[in-house]
Amino acid sequence: MGSRKGFFTDTTLCIGCKACEVACKQWNQLPDDGFHFTGMSYDQTAHLGASTWRHVAFVERPVPLQGQTSGAGDFSWLMMSDVCKHCQRAGCLEACPTGAIVRTEFDTVYVQPDVCNGCGYCVSACPFGVIDRREDDGRAWKCTLCYDRIGDDQTPACAKACPTASIQYGDLDELHARAESRVRDLHDRGMTDAYLYGKDAENQPGTGGLNAFFLLLDRPEVYNLPPDPVVPTKKALRSWASVAMGAVGMVAVALGAVAFGREGRG
Amino acid sequence: MKFRDLLNGWPVLRQLTRGDGRALGDTAMTARSRSLEPRTKSADAVVKSICPYCAVGCGQEVHVRDGRILDIEGDPDSPISRGRLCPKGAATFQLVTGTQRVQQVLYRRPGGTEWEPIPLEEAMDRVAERVKRTRDATFEMTDAKGDRVRRTLGLAHLGGATLDNEENYLLKKLFSALGVVQVENQARI
Amino acid sequence: MPGLGITFGRGGATTFQQDLQHSDCILIQGSNMAECHPVGFQWVMEAKARGAKVIHVDPRYTRTSAVSDLYAPIRVGTDIAFLGGLIHYVLEHERYFRDYVVQYTNAATLIREDFVDTEDLEGLFSGFQAKNNRYDIHTWQYQGVECAVPAAGHKELFDEPGAGAGQHAHSVDVNDEHRDETLQHPRCVFQLLKRHFSRYTPTVVSQVCGVDEALFLQVAQTLCDNSNPERTSAFCYAVGWTQHSVGVQYIRTAAILQLLLGNIGRPGGGILALRGHASIQGSTNIPTLYNLLPGYLPMPSTKSQDGLERYILDNKSGSGWWSEFPKYAVSLLKAWFGDKATKDNDYLFTHLPRLTGNHSHMQTVADMADGKLQGYFVMGENPAVGSMNGALQRKGLRKLDWLAVRDFTLIETAEFWRTAPEVQSGQVRPEDIPTEVFFFPAAAHTEKDGSFTNTQRLLQWHHKAVEPQGDTRSELHFAYHLGLKLRQRYADSTDPRDAPLLDLTWDYPTHGPHAEPSEEAVLKEINGYTVADGKPVDGFTALKDDGSTACGCWIYSGCFKDGVNQTARRKPGREQTWVAPEWGWAWPANRRILYNRASADADGKPWSERKRYVWWDAGERKWTGEDVPDFIADRPPEYRPPEGAKGLDALAGNDPFLLQADGKGWLFAPSGMIDGPLPTHYEPMESVVPNPLYAQQCNPTREEWRRKDNPYHRAWGDPRYPYLVTTYRLTEHHTAGGMSRWLSWLSELQPEMFCEISPELAREKGLKNGDWCTLATARGDLECRALVTERIRPLKVKGRQVHQIGLPYHWGVTGRVRGEGANELTAFVADQNVDIQESKVFTADLRAGRMRSGERAAAGATPPALTVPEVPRDVTPPQDTDHTEAQEPEGKG
Repeated sequence: MGSRKGFFTDTTLCIGCKACEVACKQWNQLPDDGFHFTGMSYDQTAHLGASTWRHVAFVERPVPLQGQTSGAGDFSWLMMSDVCKHCQRAGCLEACPTGAIVRTEFDTVYVQPDVCNGCGYCVSACPFGVIDRREDDGRAWKCTLCYDRIGDDQTPACAKACPTASIQYGDLDELHARAESRVRDLHDRGMTDAYLYGKDAENQPGTGGLNAFFLLLDRPEVYNLPPDPVVPTKKALRSWASVAMGAVGMVAVALGAVAFGREGRG
Repeated sequence: MKFRDLLNGWPVLRQLTRGDGRALGDTAMTARSRSLEPRTKSADAVVKSICPYCAVGCGQEVHVRDGRILDIEGDPDSPISRGRLCPKGAATFQLVTGTQRVQQVLYRRPGGTEWEPIPLEEAMDRVAERVKRTRDATFEMTDAKGDRVRRTLGLAHLGGATLDNEENYLLKKLFSALGVVQVENQARI
Repeated sequence: MPGLGITFGRGGATTFQQDLQHSDCILIQGSNMAECHPVGFQWVMEAKARGAKVIHVDPRYTRTSAVSDLYAPIRVGTDIAFLGGLIHYVLEHERYFRDYVVQYTNAATLIREDFVDTEDLEGLFSGFQAKNNRYDIHTWQYQGVECAVPAAGHKELFDEPGAGAGQHAHSVDVNDEHRDETLQHPRCVFQLLKRHFSRYTPTVVSQVCGVDEALFLQVAQTLCDNSNPERTSAFCYAVGWTQHSVGVQYIRTAAILQLLLGNIGRPGGGILALRGHASIQGSTNIPTLYNLLPGYLPMPSTKSQDGLERYILDNKSGSGWWSEFPKYAVSLLKAWFGDKATKDNDYLFTHLPRLTGNHSHMQTVADMADGKLQGYFVMGENPAVGSMNGALQRKGLRKLDWLAVRDFTLIETAEFWRTAPEVQSGQVRPEDIPTEVFFFPAAAHTEKDGSFTNTQRLLQWHHKAVEPQGDTRSELHFAYHLGLKLRQRYADSTDPRDAPLLDLTWDYPTHGPHAEPSEEAVLKEINGYTVADGKPVDGFTALKDDGSTACGCWIYSGCFKDGVNQTARRKPGREQTWVAPEWGWAWPANRRILYNRASADADGKPWSERKRYVWWDAGERKWTGEDVPDFIADRPPEYRPPEGAKGLDALAGNDPFLLQADGKGWLFAPSGMIDGPLPTHYEPMESVVPNPLYAQQCNPTREEWRRKDNPYHRAWGDPRYPYLVTTYRLTEHHTAGGMSRWLSWLSELQPEMFCEISPELAREKGLKNGDWCTLATARGDLECRALVTERIRPLKVKGRQVHQIGLPYHWGVTGRVRGEGANELTAFVADQNVDIQESKVFTADLRAGRMRSGERAAAGATPPALTVPEVPRDVTPPQDTDHTEAQEPEGKG
């Protein structure tokens, strides 16, 4: 097994350019998500989805930014590049009855498109609303943490493109250390609101910690993140129940195929 | 496919039989997942380039296979951009390979309501003829005041800020020799 | 560019992006750097991580403001007042860098007694000629200098009124200038500056700009605290400063401030001009501009018809680097006309066409609309969307015999005859448009070799990755083969007017299946070579004025040094010093920070260890350091020119601004600026308030096009158009959309045209976020969505509330996402220094709902009548403007 990899997304460095969104689409050759004006600040893609694996949230809030002197009054503009969290206890993985969703040697959560049958159990099991089925093929899709690239010792497309290093990729241990030092540094500079979201199990028991964790300046809800995400309880039990159901279905399909084959030969 | 193979290929069963309940390790991995690698691995050339959008001048690497572009990414060697790109730079692949690009010379006749494709060489000849016609009809060796001007005000050029230096050089050189002075671009900044 | 060129000597960014990491304070104004140059902005973030203060001054709270330490909102169009206020603060509080100012600027120089400042003339300087709205500049000159002190690299300087045209007294010995290094003499530049900006007090700044006084003072203090021998501050600007009727003076104001603070030529200092196109800096250096030849040599005018000698006399400076002018002019003629160009025939100087006036883009289009042009080439530009008064642009296109467009896709300019708003609305029928249109698909940068010059003067080569498909070809291919075809058609001509084309050197080697001309052969010609053996020269110091060298662009000379394409150098940044001198090639002479001799004190020692960059090595008797020294390599700091010294010998060891005739940074510009030696706050062409500072409302030398197809609003307080509008780019799109609105990945990120308005204005207008609304000017109207946001604040200007509306300009009527272009609203009006449009500020009306009429003044519509009396823009009403009313009847579409 390789070392544990993840993303540290430092929202204080984000300039909302959306390079991550496009770099992701480019590398993964993803289609557009439609052309709709949302009126939600500069956020036009609105949320993560089957075809949008990085999404930049724009928060116009009636609160000044710590450390900023502004003629704009009690106002600031927060930006955050959201992504699949690659949870330690991944609801999607636990719910997946087909084994399409796996934990890789990098400790990331990967959906195998050649296995996924589009059952959709994973969708409701994700406490962050990340994983999503694509309308055309019905399968579930989400950030792969560039499984193909990192296996070749390359940086994921979004982190590589990020102009201001708001998205940082690396060994989780190193990212943890870097993130903690960054929080200390920001606190020293008077940005005492800075904190880490989802860094580890202690920080976020409901998920066991996130391999893609964040440095935030306001409550999670402000960024449209759940304050206390919990993987649906008794996950293991339920997922094995799902597996059982899946097994029944699989056998049926297999038998059907055999029967069909006979008919075909006959 | 035999039933037994089908079952063996089913990751959950492999997990069960190998006791890998958390879907860790390679038990749940399909052959595709196990052999996954970046498509750039199959490139037969990585060509160094520069982003064509704004003037930051980010380095780009163009991955090519069999005369086709596979991928365009930031060039980590660039001391300016250090491998990074903005959304436009990151979309360069779509800019240069997208179906929006017209591949054919098009012609719209006077009063016409549609485009008509015409061969490139014919279009070049027609444009050359029109340049000559316009130039010959409008050339002035002296202006109204009697000053020698050696020029034509009958035709003009616009554009250049997204062109290469070498292209601008040939355009300026050619137009000046033709006596065209109304040569302009976006660079009025 | 003259803002930088006139002040420092060269029309380019004084520093490079990576150097921003060493700034202690970065003031971004007239630029939304995080949005428009995100990858360059990493160096601002690096500086911030190291503790630098980032200040953003802008009418809108943008993505740049969001990460700044200090954000100051101002009324659009008031930057000179803001920056002038900073100058006032620096002078009043003695925060200037005295040694730097005395040694390296013209602060100590005395100006003639008959110079009169705007303080005494209601906002005009002495020498104003109401008959043509131009200044006679003779009163602006240095005391003791008879003719104009030549500005560096300016368009035919001695052609300006009062500059001594025809007197051939150009070789002024500016070393005879009178100086007072105590800076006390009432007519020394320093004291004139002090007086000129005396009323730009914090209170006045607050009233003019609508900025909080305490906030302004905090900007001033932060900037001053970070500008001294130990610390440096940098400025970043973009078209937020240039696109005004007084835009060049915006940059001048910043340049003066940076000189006073001692921030030019030093690491972490400088002024970074942020250009918006891949090679926009290159297209000025090798200009597809009417008034320039390559390397900022002026395009000759009819004044120069006497021949090369007169052209040289009118452009050569007696001292400073422009004394080398003849070498560059002759070498260019040798590059273009080869063996045919000889000393006896003036190197065929007479082959060049002559200017008689303004042939800039807007003037050309106005002439086009008047039926004066027949043919038009548009290459990689989309004026139907990206240029002022889009409907007037299209009116011009409708009057052509033929139009050739080269682009990737069928942009609005190519399709003006079938998709334009006035065609869609039925005002104009395609059947009635006689223009023949040729569309040539262009090759992309991945399909051709070539160099771009980026925002920091750096030439970088892009290599061809794949062959162009179908009929797509490079512009190099187009230009070369069109030239061959034309030479063929004229081959038998003996008419002298065809001689320039036939005498042209036009024989580049070709390669590949499409006979692509050799890009490197062209670059080699640009670099220059010795005529005898064709060997590339090492740089412009090797050029001669005797016809023995040829060079296509002297400032690029050295880019093919040793026969090696220096622009293609790609030694990884991590394997070099932070200056990375072996990545690409920067003009001039591969220097990365210009005027870097100023990073050392008068004795040639670094001002401080912390800001060490280039210094005099007394042992080796030469300048050395991190960068290529921007100085005569072996000229010691203590060198003083002997009496009567000429040319480069006239530059002293403490003259870091080599291209200036006096070697000094120009706080006061005795020549080169059409609208005054010092910047002055004027209101934009269309404003909401009278000029709070002077009776003169607008730039007195602004360029107007008073025509029915280009109507203007009242100078201020037009009841029909009560709101200020500013236009801008978004990160997700590029210019007029040709390279972004067709791409799904970018289009989905900003799919629709919108305007940004404050909640207060939204309430006044009954608009909710996301509602449709209509914007209108006398030129035209458009519909878009309202994005209601706290990022736009109404400002208090002289006690009254002023609303500003933000308008991105990327949308047009073709492409994957479509919308109505902001330039349907704008008018032709320009800064005469550079013929640049005022697109950053105008007035408009805003209405709720989809109320668009679709009518365009340029298609015959008449705007509603003004119901209140006009107010003058000028103290003295203008007469005899260059741009007279169109003679032909209007309204035929």
